[in-house]
Amino acid sequence: MRCARAIIIAVLLLIAAAIGASCLSAAEIPQGERRSGYDFMTPDTQAIQNDDTANPGMLWVLDGEALWKSKTGAAAKACADCHEDARASMKGVAARYPAFDKTLGRPINLEQRINMCRVQHQQTTALPYESRDLLALTAFVAQQSRGVAIVAGADPQLEPFVAKGRELFMQRQGQLNLGCANCHDDNWDKRLAGSAITQGHPTGYPLYRLEWQSLGSLQRRMRACMTGVRARAYDYGAPGLVELELYLMSRAQGMPMDSPAVRP
Amino acid sequence: MASALINVPKKAKRGEIIEIKTLMSHIMETGYRRTATGEIVPRDIITSFVCRYNGVEIFRADLFPAIAANPFMTFFTVATESGKFDFEWIGDRGFSETASASISVE
Repeated sequence: MRCARAIIIAVLLLIAAAIGASCLSAAEIPQGERRSGYDFMTPDTQAIQNDDTANPGMLWVLDGEALWKSKTGAAAKACADCHEDARASMKGVAARYPAFDKTLGRPINLEQRINMCRVQHQQTTALPYESRDLLALTAFVAQQSRGVAIVAGADPQLEPFVAKGRELFMQRQGQLNLGCANCHDDNWDKRLAGSAITQGHPTGYPLYRLEWQSLGSLQRRMRACMTGVRARAYDYGAPGLVELELYLMSRAQGMPMDSPAVRP
Repeated sequence: MASALINVPKKAKRGEIIEIKTLMSHIMETGYRRTATGEIVPRDIITSFVCRYNGVEIFRADLFPAIAANPFMTFFTVATESGKFDFEWIGDRGFSETASASISVE
């Protein structure tokens, strides 16, 4: 009798454990199971990224290096005049963006930071989003953080903005009524048509997508996802998009940067 | 700001087969796409690529609209003597770029 009761309790416990496990699978990805988009690629595509003379992203990095040293604007200053050697001064910078800006009281991403420098210190115009020059400068700065672990979102001032980004990540939207989490948390081990879904860790931006035949920013990628679920995409630089960018980076905390990455 | 990335081994043994890799920055616009208002985007591609080894042509390729942006070309040759590889890309709208790399053969 006592033995039978013990068995029933054991079975109930097993069922509870099974339910618990299935709930977990539909939640956030455990730290140990996080994988960069790189790990989802074929060896052929990985080979393009691994070789700096085959990685087309390096073309932008080279352009960015030239821009870094060229004087521009009314102030006739180059980035290098203040920041000197990017290899030292920009190491790890991309790994902590989007970062909190005190004057604006909200987070800004790397592109916005570069444009702020252009307007305030070089006294010239901001570069348009996704323009060759802005991508080049961003890629050059981001390349200096290769191998550096992502720390973005650690600043306590950013807490409410990370939370807002997370909310947007979970929020279902568009005609297909899908949130980011429905694919990138719940179904990252499956495929959408022929393509890997991936976990959506932004380790390598700006990156070269073979589909784009160009370098592109994380915001371009996120806007493409929004259009994909038939939602209205945020404008480039919109605070909501920066918050989502911030949440994605904070979700990837500790993962090494690999900009400029190559993705299919 | 077109630029090329070239990968040629700095040193090689005489008679060794070496791999040469080149990447050229170019949009490779096919000429078949249309703008939102229906006008054709004019073709703008690289049409030919040549590699010369100490002045002698060792590799030539014709490029066509189906080739992706930023063409990556890789090929092999035999390292015969020390000297220079000259690369030349020619394309639509007067596109013309050159690059070079040297090799020492022992």
